[in-house]
Amino acid sequence: MKDKIFKTILLLASCLIILLTAGIVYGLVSKSIGAFSEFGFFGFINSSEWDAQKDLYGALPFITGTVLTSTLALIFCIPFSLSVALFNGEYFRNKKISTIVSAVVDLLAGIPSIVYGLWGFYTLRPIMINMGVNDQGFGVLLASIILAIMIIPYASSLSAEFIGMVPNDLKEAAYSLGATQLEVVTAVNLPVARSGIFASYVLAFGRALGETMAVTMLIGNTINIPAGLSDTGNTMASIIANQFGESSGLKLSSLMAIGLLLFLITAIINFVAKYIMKMMNK
Amino acid sequence: MRKGIRSTSKYRVAKSKIFFGIMCLFSALTMIPLFVILWELAKKGYKQFNLSLFTEVAPTSMEAMFARATGNLIPGGILNGITGTLLILSMAIVIAIPIGIMTGVYLAENQEKKLANFVRHLSDLLQGIPSIVIGVVVYIWVVIPMSSYSAVAGSVALSIMMLPMIIRSTEESLKMLPVTLKEAGLALGGSYSSVVMRILIPSAFSGLFTGSLLAISRVTGETAPLLVTALGAASVNWDATSPTSAISLLIWEFYNDPNLADLVWSSSLLLLLFVLGINLLAKSIAKKWKIQ
Repeated sequence: MKDKIFKTILLLASCLIILLTAGIVYGLVSKSIGAFSEFGFFGFINSSEWDAQKDLYGALPFITGTVLTSTLALIFCIPFSLSVALFNGEYFRNKKISTIVSAVVDLLAGIPSIVYGLWGFYTLRPIMINMGVNDQGFGVLLASIILAIMIIPYASSLSAEFIGMVPNDLKEAAYSLGATQLEVVTAVNLPVARSGIFASYVLAFGRALGETMAVTMLIGNTINIPAGLSDTGNTMASIIANQFGESSGLKLSSLMAIGLLLFLITAIINFVAKYIMKMMNK
Repeated sequence: MRKGIRSTSKYRVAKSKIFFGIMCLFSALTMIPLFVILWELAKKGYKQFNLSLFTEVAPTSMEAMFARATGNLIPGGILNGITGTLLILSMAIVIAIPIGIMTGVYLAENQEKKLANFVRHLSDLLQGIPSIVIGVVVYIWVVIPMSSYSAVAGSVALSIMMLPMIIRSTEESLKMLPVTLKEAGLALGGSYSSVVMRILIPSAFSGLFTGSLLAISRVTGETAPLLVTALGAASVNWDATSPTSAISLLIWEFYNDPNLADLVWSSSLLLLLFVLGINLLAKSIAKKWKIQ
């Protein structure tokens, strides 16, 4: 009897997770219907108008901003995270120095978003101004650099694991044929761990898409489709953080709709990454 | 001719060494931001990092302006933020840990079931949801029905963010236990519930504890979800149903007010030390009590 109750409690806790997810989806959908029925789904995604006076809202500038900053961040982070992954997963695997390096890089993931934002604002922004990126220093480039630093730990720790899982006999076979260390890395490690590394970068990309505070503080918060690296803009997460407090009615519904879109994009990205990793383990 | 040079072993070894050097350089560069950020916060924040930071509430913009005009340190501290963070965090822990551990036990005990697989996928999905989206959802489900921003709304948001990490660490550490442990308990006539509660969970305690601490450290610095749920308050508030401040919310406030900008550093330093402290503690525990 006691066991039955106990098992039921365990089951209920799990069902709560299902209920929670359903609640998240239902809440977002029900609140964003207003915006979608007013502008149409594709009309909302395709419109670059965001005007509280005319009560017209479209998500295109923010979708572009999000994709642009996250993609740039991904590109910037690759040389660093790949180096760290090779450092910890191949060259210094199980050595003391790699535990230090991986601990420090992991701590980077622990720094709160808002502290990154402050650092970017007070330290990197003046550098941007000196380099002549633009007058204020804010913009896509600054936000992407900070985002890149923020996602390095996510990309590197997972890929290090996959690089470390490459079987030793494959590497030894290459060495015995006279390959140098670099040739082993490029001809054995990276190709064998390829899909795992790819999946970890997909996950890191997903992180970058949803990052809010640091981007809000650094991207400039203007409503336009960014014309280039030095231009200012807004991302889906930052427009919600910026305008949520003062909004109601159709505007609130439009912000909810952006939230729903962001949820869908990150869900798909995560699903893709998990799928790739599952395929790898087979 | 050039192709000949490229295939000599000297060239290949040199190339390999150069790559090794570049890789070490980039790895070293990656570690710099952590130290630069810590140094910057310490350098700019130590002046305001005093007793009043912990004992006084945040000053108003006017007070700060007068202090700046006379060349004094800005009076006040972040007491309302510290108490708010403690209140929101402790409620989030109370919500998330029991549910997370029970779900984790369910997943570890029913690994092959379809429902368990489904829940595992959903938990991964929850982990990937951006924090601001979680904040917005909690706004819909908690803030609107209560018709007020509140500490409890903030706690719900943070607990949703903690759940996936706790579920995952519970499941993983239970899976690492040998089956014989459970079998021995059952063979001695222990009921299923007492085997789980008295044998499995205590044996996997270090894993659960580490996972929970990491989850706590992850949400402590969160700002975005609190911005749309707990909102912030100017005074110390222990009432879970009214708007409440948090250290991260105060940092956001200081950042947006030029008069208060000097306070940003000391409060960020405190937040960062707190978060990294929990993080390091969790990792050292994981190392010390590693399950063999």
